Amino acid sequence: MSRTRTWPRMVALTIGALAFLFPFYYMVIGSLQPKPDTSLAGAIPTHGVTLHNYEQINERVNLVRSLVNSGIFTGGVILFTLVFGVLAGYALARLHFRGRWSLFAIMLLVQVVPFQLLIIPLYVMIVRNYGLADSYMGMILPFAINSTAVFIFRQFFLALPEDLFAAARIDGASELRILWSIALPLVRPALLTATLITFIGPWNEFLWPFLVTKNAALQPLAVSLANYISNIAGRATNPYGAILAGAVVLATPAVVLFVAFQRHFTSSELGSGVKG
Amino acid sequence: MPTATVTLDHSGPSTPPPQHRRRRLAAVFGRQPLGIALAAPYAVFLAAVFAYPLGLAVWISFHRYFFAAPGAQVARPFVGLDNYKAVLSDPAVRQSFLNVVEFLVINVPLTVVLSLLLAYALNGAIRARTFLRVAYYVPYVTASVAVVAVWLFLFNSGGMVNQLLGPLAPNPSWLVNSALAMPVIALFVTWKQLGFFILLYLAALQNVPKELYEAASVDGAGKFRSLMNVTVPGVRPATTLVVIVATITGANLFTEPYLLTSGGGPDGASASPVLVMYQKGIEQGNPDVASAIGVILVIGVLVISLINRQLLERD
Repeated sequence: MSRTRTWPRMVALTIGALAFLFPFYYMVIGSLQPKPDTSLAGAIPTHGVTLHNYEQINERVNLVRSLVNSGIFTGGVILFTLVFGVLAGYALARLHFRGRWSLFAIMLLVQVVPFQLLIIPLYVMIVRNYGLADSYMGMILPFAINSTAVFIFRQFFLALPEDLFAAARIDGASELRILWSIALPLVRPALLTATLITFIGPWNEFLWPFLVTKNAALQPLAVSLANYISNIAGRATNPYGAILAGAVVLATPAVVLFVAFQRHFTSSELGSGVKG
Repeated sequence: MPTATVTLDHSGPSTPPPQHRRRRLAAVFGRQPLGIALAAPYAVFLAAVFAYPLGLAVWISFHRYFFAAPGAQVARPFVGLDNYKAVLSDPAVRQSFLNVVEFLVINVPLTVVLSLLLAYALNGAIRARTFLRVAYYVPYVTASVAVVAVWLFLFNSGGMVNQLLGPLAPNPSWLVNSALAMPVIALFVTWKQLGFFILLYLAALQNVPKELYEAASVDGAGKFRSLMNVTVPGVRPATTLVVIVATITGANLFTEPYLLTSGGGPDGASASPVLVMYQKGIEQGNPDVASAIGVILVIGVLVISLINRQLLERD
């Protein structure tokens, strides 16, 4: 490929990427403006910057409390996924047991059932029957084990050479010991990729925690910010500034995580999903 | 679910010789019964959070169902197809289904074309690949609630988009215009999800044999011809996946109409079926009608997925 032919492509790709990033830039700029400025010039902060918008939203939405709630919700889901997902992925990949293929088929089927469509029966079960409204457990339960993560674990365990397992068995290692001391250390990259993928779900989820939590002290940030947008933003001096300040706080952890660990969120890590 | 029904009380009558017993165990549980124990939590989870609710949704949709205090005994008579009749004759529900069709007609083709083109271009890019890849998936990893806030700011009547357009700005503005609200939402979701689909296509592109491109260029095919005749057929399984996932995402639409057009406005022009389910089922307390909407939507998604497989995987 000659040099002259690659650079128009680079220019197009770069312009596209900047268009994708612009709303994020605008989010940060808008959150620092003392007054909303929607003109083109408003995209460049000329009137000075202020943290007033952050104070404004923090008066209405306890940002720290909401972030902690988001963290507990997301952390709980990641913990359940890592513990039970690894066990299930290992069993599905390396152990011959009855029901293995039916479980695998059901796992694939689950990915086509749109989750939001189950909200009515889940609401009936979790909120009405089990009384788990306004609790972390009620929030976590429907997301507890991420099936995509189980699938990734399975693909990674499947890729390990059989000889390794045969040798360990001859040495008399138990199956659990093989999983813990031999297989698990070899699939460490899968743990990180699965954690990243699992993180996106609960951290960004709105509908389910919105249904389950009526108590503001338990609401994750996505829910409290959405409530702020639809109910009380009008009372702030710069409502857009305050909303954007909340948006920056909600977006930052996810963006930082994915930029820092971008190596573990690439097509080759996810590729097994397409090939499998 | 077969996996969940296997129980451990199958020990057999007297104690046979160990080797014999092991073979018997293997016949019932498989060669490594430990697998059942390891997979059990996940199997129970799937049964409790997917299979049972799915059955419950169907059951509720055929009964007169309302919320009652926990433990209270209330009659929930079988009503046949009444809830479905109520749903299908309700103009608000019909409108929401038409809206989601409009959404899919805009979103799915745009998603397939843009993500394939961008993945194709990224695959050949030599410099700044990491930066570009990350730039395209940042919207995907960010909460809808956060990015909706920026779009509200950009697309409101005095927002930057209208400032840029000047006299060309639509009136009424984007999000309060019944003809434009749904297209803006479709565009928003395309932008937000594109990065994920680019990753899927990037993975699929690695599987297209290089020799095919060489053969095409020997035959005198240009860039465009080789894209259409080599790349597009080469990534067909990924296209099936992209179309199915994009359709499911569309069927799940809730946050965007709830926040961006403040509850599916103007006048229901951007209401999605899930939003109507929420309003009818939880706000108005009619879970039976809402379940019927859900069941119709699940059937719709499955039918679209099957048709799509038939169309795209035909040789």
